[in-house]
Amino acid sequence: MDNLLSIVTFIPSLAALILAIFLRGDDEAAQRNAKWVALLATSLTFLVSIFILAQFEPEDTGFQMVEEHSWILGMTYKMGVDGISVLFVMLTTFMMPLTILASWEVKYRVKEYMIAFLVLETLLLGTFMALDLVLFYLFFEGGLIPMFLIIGIWGGKERIYASFKFFLYTFFGSVFMLISIVAIGIVAGTTDLVTLQTSLFDYSTMDLLGFEIPGGLQSLLWMGFFISFAVKMPLWPVHTWLPAAHVQAPTAGSIVLAAILLKLADYGFLRFTLPMFPVATDILAPMAMWLAVIAIIYASLVALVQEDMKKVIAYSSVAHMAYVLLGIFSATQQGIEGGIIMVLSHGFISGALFFCVGVIYDRTHTRDIEAYGGLAKRMPQYAVVFMFFIMANVGLPGTSGFVGEFLTLVGTFQVNTWVAMFATTGVILSAAYSLWLYRRVVFGQLIKESLKSIKDMTAREKTVFAPLVAMTLLVGIYPSVVTDIIRPTVAQLVENYHAAVDAADVQPEMAASH
Amino acid sequence: MTEADLNTILPEIVLSLYAIAALLVAVYSGKDKLAGPLIWITAALMAVLAAWIGFAEPGTHLAFGGMFVDDGFARFAKVVILVSAASVLLMSRDYMMRRGMLKFEYPVLVSLSAVGMMMMVSAGDLMALYMGLELQSLALYVVAAMRRDSLRSTEAGLKYFVLGALSSGLLLYGASLVYGYAGTTLFSGIIDAAGEGQTPIGLLIGLVFVMSGLAFKISAVPFHMWTPDVYEGSPTPVTAFFATAPKMAAMGLFARVLFDAFGGVTQDWSQVLALLSLLSMFLGAIAGVGQTDIKRLMAYSSIAHMGYALMGLAAGTAFGVQAMLVYMAIYVTMSVGTFAFILTMERDGEPVTDMRALNQYAKAEPGRALAMLVLLFSLAGVPPMVGFFGKLYVLRAAYEGGLAWLAIAGVIASVIGAFYYLRIVYYMYFGEEGETLDRGRTSMPWVFLMGSAAVMLLGIFNLFGVEGAAITAAAALVN
Repeated sequence: MDNLLSIVTFIPSLAALILAIFLRGDDEAAQRNAKWVALLATSLTFLVSIFILAQFEPEDTGFQMVEEHSWILGMTYKMGVDGISVLFVMLTTFMMPLTILASWEVKYRVKEYMIAFLVLETLLLGTFMALDLVLFYLFFEGGLIPMFLIIGIWGGKERIYASFKFFLYTFFGSVFMLISIVAIGIVAGTTDLVTLQTSLFDYSTMDLLGFEIPGGLQSLLWMGFFISFAVKMPLWPVHTWLPAAHVQAPTAGSIVLAAILLKLADYGFLRFTLPMFPVATDILAPMAMWLAVIAIIYASLVALVQEDMKKVIAYSSVAHMAYVLLGIFSATQQGIEGGIIMVLSHGFISGALFFCVGVIYDRTHTRDIEAYGGLAKRMPQYAVVFMFFIMANVGLPGTSGFVGEFLTLVGTFQVNTWVAMFATTGVILSAAYSLWLYRRVVFGQLIKESLKSIKDMTAREKTVFAPLVAMTLLVGIYPSVVTDIIRPTVAQLVENYHAAVDAADVQPEMAASH
Repeated sequence: MTEADLNTILPEIVLSLYAIAALLVAVYSGKDKLAGPLIWITAALMAVLAAWIGFAEPGTHLAFGGMFVDDGFARFAKVVILVSAASVLLMSRDYMMRRGMLKFEYPVLVSLSAVGMMMMVSAGDLMALYMGLELQSLALYVVAAMRRDSLRSTEAGLKYFVLGALSSGLLLYGASLVYGYAGTTLFSGIIDAAGEGQTPIGLLIGLVFVMSGLAFKISAVPFHMWTPDVYEGSPTPVTAFFATAPKMAAMGLFARVLFDAFGGVTQDWSQVLALLSLLSMFLGAIAGVGQTDIKRLMAYSSIAHMGYALMGLAAGTAFGVQAMLVYMAIYVTMSVGTFAFILTMERDGEPVTDMRALNQYAKAEPGRALAMLVLLFSLAGVPPMVGFFGKLYVLRAAYEGGLAWLAIAGVIASVIGAFYYLRIVYYMYFGEEGETLDRGRTSMPWVFLMGSAAVMLLGIFNLFGVEGAAITAAAALVN
């Protein structure tokens, strides 16, 4: 199959189109059909995407399964995967059926809900596979529209504020990337990613409005991308949209947001920032890493004092994403591998944690930590699952969270000891807020009247959790399943990066500082 | 006056003869009943002319000693003008009929103003320019005040007329200066006088006055004051017309004057355009935020969009002109769709233009709401809608033309502007339950709304070949 990637990308959209055209009415039967169509389409996407993984050859560090068609403005519709993107694709196709299953209880405008998620999946998959900058931007930004609607229509009380904040924040961030893309298209004469990976942008120091810019054009382009990804990630101090969006989004929206949408930024750093702007990265990485350290400590401390369960997990996401950034910008083999494992692991764990909140929210319709306590008595199975993911979030050895945190910190330690030292405090803090959250919700006396008759997990909920538990354990105990796939590509990336930095060697005094 | 001359302007002759004939017939029969069929005939004629012009043999033909230019650029603009004018006529028919506003003058005046616009984009001489512009404007002044019993409509017409006359004065004054210093009114003569290095200062002053007059027509800041009031006060079908064809015509004329007559002094006008563009984008974005009336909002939106189109022009390159043309074609398509939607906004048969009336519209009319959603995101320039490509083109042109700062300002303005488009989405999808609008019963606006939304989605494959046409058109203008 020559166009396997396009097929995988557009199956969900096709299903969305079928739903939009053929499904009429909003009665019980129509709602059920909508859910099943969505579930089948996402499952089918996952099954077909397994072929991508099967055909993928880790030893080949170039792009595989490439498709190319000419498009307007000299751009191409070009799709392909390599060792970095293939796992992001798999994460997306793996999480989406679970997301649909997690939202089985939705009653309000089910058809539109499912359409929004299906379109979102197409846009996310396209983002990870696009090999043309403008095509990437198209998918990347397009994802805002369904997510805006998901938060705005099916969200909580403050949903309107949250949806506007989400959209405008991320839109504002991305337009700087757009400018960078336009500039790259003109300076390099192409927006084709494969060509751009080997082209080196001008890095001679330039003078802009009286300021000296070390790294010149490359640094400016780097900043354009960085602002966009920093907002998306989200990095301190532009993270404030995330808690709002997470808290207000419906459960499934939170899962997609945490498990996949935030990963677009990490993917962007790996795909664009490191290979295209190595010199600028070398100059500016310390700044990014210190911001990440602040994010880790600040978000962890803020997570400690939250009253809302989703907010705790949201701030925990901010902290964990900062680890990924540390790993990536360390530009070491361990750091980047750890970053990618962290991406996958956080996808499973945060997705599961948001669903854990969703499970009890569906029963009691509140997310206040105050309103819970002693759930272990009525919901023993739930307590075990919740415990498992809390431990994984803390980074207990044997879970994927540990592997990711450990490797990113090892990578960071090699380039910047101080950063690594401060970042490590986040491990302790994450144990503090995670365990404290767990204690308040699950342990203690069952005194709340509303909880006396609460029921344990249903079969559907167990079905959602089972694969997530399995994957978290698998990656935690045997991380080679991941690293075997990514190692050659990452090695190539690190090698190219260091070769480019060594060749440039423009800022010895800057380079010496880390 | 040779046969070749007449052949070159045959489409314009046909349309003006038709307008006069229609006027005569209608006046002698004295019946507004004729207006319904007349709209159909006018629209059909315009569509035929658009096809005729669109498929005409390529190349540049001059007529009347260079006063009239028929080249790829003019043909591109004329097709857009004729198609949009025909669309607006068709979709307004039902709206006007039910309100007893449909007078036979309406299609006649629209045809006449279309003739004026076709003259404008083909002008090769300051006189031809002014003739075209005035023919267009005079017809539009009357159309704006067509609802004689409505205070708002009359006020809109009067405002438009007074300010339009002022801008015509500015333009004429500029034209006289240009004539004085260049010694000719022909563009081909002016460009020789305004070559690099030896441009008389009076010529540049004349240029600035001409540009002010034209900026008024495209409602670029600071010559935009009339736009919100006229948009709000005019009957909706007329507003729809204002937002589409005349904008394309004025933009085309702008490009025509700048490149054909002042192509040698790009540096001098490029800065002025960049400033106009910057101000328009920001004013359009910021002033739109507080609006509650959707027609007023669209006025600010069109100001902002003109800013983006000017950004392409400001680049002063062939690619810039191409970007402007693509942008205008996309903008006109989006506007037709959006106004088709506004035409259907009714409660108990009365037109409503308050945005809050759209509360939970998506529940009552999911299909229309979705189409409008697509259009709104397209207007905001969010991918994957086609509106994004318009932005991409002009940003590219600006960056290439050394106006990176303008490109950065443009994207920041687009984020601010996104807010008010999102607000309409917010009313339609997340709003509180309230009184709903009437269920749609008009079919024509529906066709244009859906068509326009479909174009915004399907256009991402290849922009329906507009790119190729725009390249040819831009090459004809900029050598």
